[in-house]
Amino acid sequence: MEKLIYLDNAATTKTAPEVLEAMLPYFTENYGNPSSVYGFASKNKNMVNCQREIIADALGAKPEEIYFTAGGSEADNWALKAAAEAYEGKGNHIITTKIEHHAILHTGEYLEKRGFKVTYLDVDEDGMVSLEELKKAIRPETILISVMYANNEIGTIEPVKEIGEIAHERGILFHTDAVQAFGQVPIHVDECHIDMLSASGHKLNGPKGIGFLYIRKGVKIRSFIHGGAQERKRRAGTENVPGIIGLGAAVSRAVRTMEERTAKEKELRDYLIDRVLEEIPYCRLNGHRTKRLPNNANFSFQFIEGESLLIRLDMKGICGSSGSACTSGSLDPSHVLLAIGLPHETAHGSLRLTLGEDTVKEDIDYVVEALKEIVAGLREMSPLYEDFIKKN
Amino acid sequence: MYSEKVMDHFEHPRNVGEIENASGVGTVGNAKCGDIMRIYLDIDENQIIRDVKFKTFGCGAAVATSSMATELVKGKTIKEAMQVTNKAVMEALDGLPPVKVHCSLLAEEAIHAALWDYAEKHDIKIEGLKKPKSDIHEDEEEEEY
Repeated sequence: MEKLIYLDNAATTKTAPEVLEAMLPYFTENYGNPSSVYGFASKNKNMVNCQREIIADALGAKPEEIYFTAGGSEADNWALKAAAEAYEGKGNHIITTKIEHHAILHTGEYLEKRGFKVTYLDVDEDGMVSLEELKKAIRPETILISVMYANNEIGTIEPVKEIGEIAHERGILFHTDAVQAFGQVPIHVDECHIDMLSASGHKLNGPKGIGFLYIRKGVKIRSFIHGGAQERKRRAGTENVPGIIGLGAAVSRAVRTMEERTAKEKELRDYLIDRVLEEIPYCRLNGHRTKRLPNNANFSFQFIEGESLLIRLDMKGICGSSGSACTSGSLDPSHVLLAIGLPHETAHGSLRLTLGEDTVKEDIDYVVEALKEIVAGLREMSPLYEDFIKKN
Repeated sequence: MYSEKVMDHFEHPRNVGEIENASGVGTVGNAKCGDIMRIYLDIDENQIIRDVKFKTFGCGAAVATSSMATELVKGKTIKEAMQVTNKAVMEALDGLPPVKVHCSLLAEEAIHAALWDYAEKHDIKIEGLKKPKSDIHEDEEEEEY
């Protein structure tokens, strides 16, 4: 096999062999519908509930507060739309941030079209939400605050506990999109006063197509998928049993390995950041230097464009991602990079590298050497670099 | 996503560089959209393009179209170079994904901008050539670290 250094673990992760192994019997042997009466199938209901317990334990929640979904985007959609509807009588104002995932931002826009008012908070140059700004944005009619636990592009970890306290004191629901953070950092829903939390299986070495929404007991929330009585009548549809088994196995594994894994990732991440900043001129780190996900590094290289960089890295067997327009499918670079104040051309030249549990120091060394060569080569070709050199 | 030809021109771009005392230089695109192309032309007294170089800030398609465009105009007369349209560049590359078609427009514009510069310097008129519209620094202030 050709060399493959996978540093795009924020996009998705490899399903761990033990996770896959746990799932397999639920396709071909234990395939019964958990809602059926006979023992062959109904024991799958117990298995599903066991996974609910594992996940609840990981968050300090109760099993009946975990609702399985088809992934993070569904959980985000559900939290916002259904909470907005359920609390419409109380108010029509929602507060979120400019750096949320599109699953939140586009849902916010959808709700705006249906008469809700949405405030999108600015962030500082590190991507951090200001608690003062948040307090100022709160109105008597505010019903929901949704702030991501950690940003998927730049890795910044938000002051979730403080935000939760502010929301709690004022009786406002607090939702957090923890798709990138869950399994990477310890999360406790009570300590942080989290009322709803979205997470996804494939970001933590689990399968794709499965996730969950944590909904605190007592929170009024409408059913999102109407139909059968699954998920306490709030999310109909036959349970994705293999997916749920895989999610449970992945969560239990992530909790077990978290301390050691993230310590190792942090060390390698810092090694990567230090080397890149030191050895490649005219580049910067995006996101907070320390309050960031253990596996996330995000750089901007001046005078070059991200897609070109990604293709050249790919030629060397390195997988990363960029916030350039060409990779976003629109003409604008990443909304997150613009929100932290980067000028367009610097945002176009961004590179996100997200480490995984298999990443080793040799990979980082190889990547840094490749980056040095590629960045220099692309700059040689760049009219912006030519102008910069001539001016200085 | 890209054809083999696009990848070949991206991986091994032809005619990258600058020409000192070029007969004409044209820069188009802007940093805001993430694409800037600069074309240098060396044109002799018989109005033949003896040499051409380019520099591009942009995606894979932008680099490949610049490279292909320089190949298509090299050794040609100005009149022939005027026939090198974005369609011709795209065809020579075996096509581009729909979202990247604007890159080929940029390559055509860059050649026209360089020819315009040449025409202005030499006080001549090139039939069918219009004044280039874009300026690379109109939207952004350069930022340094």
